[in-house]
Amino acid sequence: MDLALILSTLDATLRLSTPLLLACLAGLYSERAGVFDIGLEGKMLAAAFGAAAVAAVTGNVWLGLLAGVAVSITTAAVQGAAAITLKGNQLIAGVAINMLAAGLTTFLGIQWFAQGGRTPQLAPGGRFQNLTLPFANELSGVPIIGPIYADLISGHNLLVYVAFLAVPVTWFVLYRTRFGLRLRAVGENPKAVDTAGISVTRLRYQAVLITGLLCGLAGAFFSIAQGSGFGNNMTAGKGFIALAALIFAKWKPVPAMLTCLLFGFLDALQIRLQNTDILGVQIPVQAIQALPYVLTVVLLAGFIGKAVGPKAGGVPYTKER
Amino acid sequence: MASDTHTGNSSAQRPSGAAAASEFAIELIKINKSFGPVHANKDIDLAIRRGSVHGIVGENGAGKSTLMSILYGFYTADSGEIRVDGTPHSITDSRHALALGIGMVHQHFMLVDNFSILENVVLGVEDNALLGPSLTRARKELVRLAKEYRLDVDPDAIIEDVSVGTQQRVEILKALYRGAEVLILDEPTGVLTPSEADDLFRVLNELRDQGKTIILITHKLREIMAITDYVSVMRQGEMVATLKTADTNPGEIAELMVGRRVLLRVEKGPATPGEVFLSVENLVVKDDLGITRVKDVSFTVRSGEIVGIAGVAGNGQSELLESVSGMRDQSSGTVRLKGHPLSLEGDDGAHRAREAGLAHVPEDRQRMGLVTAFEEWENAILGYQGDDAYGKGWILDIDAARAIARQRIEQFDIRPANERLKTANFSGGNQQKIVLAREMSSNPDVLIVGQPTRGVDIGAIEFIHNQIIKMRDAGKAILLVSVELDEIRSLADRILVMFDGHIVGEADPATATEGELGLMMAGISDKTAAAPAVAEGKTK
Repeated sequence: MDLALILSTLDATLRLSTPLLLACLAGLYSERAGVFDIGLEGKMLAAAFGAAAVAAVTGNVWLGLLAGVAVSITTAAVQGAAAITLKGNQLIAGVAINMLAAGLTTFLGIQWFAQGGRTPQLAPGGRFQNLTLPFANELSGVPIIGPIYADLISGHNLLVYVAFLAVPVTWFVLYRTRFGLRLRAVGENPKAVDTAGISVTRLRYQAVLITGLLCGLAGAFFSIAQGSGFGNNMTAGKGFIALAALIFAKWKPVPAMLTCLLFGFLDALQIRLQNTDILGVQIPVQAIQALPYVLTVVLLAGFIGKAVGPKAGGVPYTKER
Repeated sequence: MASDTHTGNSSAQRPSGAAAASEFAIELIKINKSFGPVHANKDIDLAIRRGSVHGIVGENGAGKSTLMSILYGFYTADSGEIRVDGTPHSITDSRHALALGIGMVHQHFMLVDNFSILENVVLGVEDNALLGPSLTRARKELVRLAKEYRLDVDPDAIIEDVSVGTQQRVEILKALYRGAEVLILDEPTGVLTPSEADDLFRVLNELRDQGKTIILITHKLREIMAITDYVSVMRQGEMVATLKTADTNPGEIAELMVGRRVLLRVEKGPATPGEVFLSVENLVVKDDLGITRVKDVSFTVRSGEIVGIAGVAGNGQSELLESVSGMRDQSSGTVRLKGHPLSLEGDDGAHRAREAGLAHVPEDRQRMGLVTAFEEWENAILGYQGDDAYGKGWILDIDAARAIARQRIEQFDIRPANERLKTANFSGGNQQKIVLAREMSSNPDVLIVGQPTRGVDIGAIEFIHNQIIKMRDAGKAILLVSVELDEIRSLADRILVMFDGHIVGEADPATATEGELGLMMAGISDKTAAAPAVAEGKTK
């Protein structure tokens, strides 16, 4: 393979891992606080629809992004109310969000835009354009470093950079701030947090709302950055892959990024391999498309070892003994 | 050193200001608290003198922990007044209690297991949004506290890697770091080894000498006598007496706790040992880590006798017990019941042991003896659910099972007498009675009992001891393992002492002194002590 081919595969890797990474970090906040979130997929889907719908109507990408994030945060708040205040089963709450999002986005799409559930194609002003980083053009002539900077690092849309910037930010928040300390504590032993005089409920809501924010960004990426409009079920199970990545990364930000890059790479490879023969045999497209998922199963089953999540995860906190 | 700056001579110095008028650090006046129909605290009055160690004793469920949870703001009293340094306060949450200088060390530690000691100390009292400065300050403060109270810990150690004793120190340090002047400890020695407990008492003395006020909740009379200045006795939600420890004795306190005179010494007739029911030959058992914990142990238990195994916890008693009862595979050796070898290997070893007539009351009732989320009647048949008495075939006869459970509740005086109540809602003593009732009712030839009265209150202890003796007098063979030497001495007809996986000696409880047993338990004894005659010869 030549450099250009490698670079374009890696370039696709970055793009494809962005929504995974955003969703994975979203899940990290919630689960570290002791609220299992199987509803990442639903929140992303709802956000993708909200962002595309508003961007289509207003033609403004920023309003679209704002709408996507608002939808996702609202959904997260509903889920939080069920899981935290009403002490409902967190898995069921997440499943409910997923089903609601899948049904409601299609229904509203048909009602509002009458295009079989799709939103209208977005004009250039309605979606995030690829950014050219400073000096990208000037440096592109320099051997090796030039193409890496110009083709791989530069030339992505804003949300890609936001996603990768969110990794060090999350790390810092988690390990270097008061909020992070309390967040980690409330997922491990909420009673310790309660006896220390901190509100368990408030902390968990804060975490769930951050999850909503990040899911909103991930959803918007699908419809107004990578794509140019909403299509039915366009998140295609990425929320679940992100959840798998979170477990694989043992709920830590930097491993989460590496895992998402790995999954993104598998996805990119899959696209690259679609029209190639191996030893003269044409491999069915479906088999290659299934590759990332098969590898996910293998990785999760075989290599993850013992993944112990936050100890209080999944259990609503009640004060009485 | 550092103490010079803090206090001169113990309680003489008080915080200056209006509050200093009161000689009491804490006063509770007419406190009431109910949980549904249960009146947990009835008109409680209590005054805690500043700079003293004040013990609060009572049976399980007497309302001690509830009272302290009210003082700490975890619960709110239905009525009554709390005064701190003479000033009335209504303490609404634990943060408020902390602000008033009241700190609590809970029975179950409130620590985050995968945090460092430093992070646990800082949690909830961080100085600002960034963690760095708080951690630096806490590290300095820990060094100071370690010097002042001789409470050394490694600030960077992770909680799950340190001993239970150290975890408790962290809890104390947490309270001190938050500026606690009054420290409440709830059953602090329940989880500690004897040497850790001694260390705790040393720390508590140190704290008192530096002017702190200590409230110690316990049901162990020995601790009350050893460390407290005053003792308050609670019974069934009421405060029955507050005494100066120096003016009272364990007998009086025990009587106040139970409301009647307790036999601290078990009354039993002489044993009439018959044929050998249980024989263990050359048993070798490894623990989960593959370390040999029982090393070539042989002994017999006859019908109509209680054989007690004494020893410091962790010398192979638990593995011995688990192996003989079929819960842990043996590496080699033979266990015979009435002469027939028992096959105890595999996952259903315990089931086969039960079927053969060997019943087992495990050491840890909550983890191995009961499913605490089940209702009482479900636990009453657990392990025997296949018996025809609970329904033939594969359908459970629930009515029959509940009826039998009710009978046993009456027979064993299990309270509350409600077979539909979740087992977790019974006190420790009553949970133990549920297990005991189940195992004894199967009418086994051999009964193996581990720690029968751990965490059980005095009234229930007496009842449980009497039941065990009744079994013996009915001609059963009983193997008793307990870390309470008093219990072994008063119940057993024959004592075997275990040390480092070996049975290092045998003693007659009637003649052996505590000192002799203690030496054997510490592994300081001649090999010749293995012969009973020699062991008896050594006494006096």
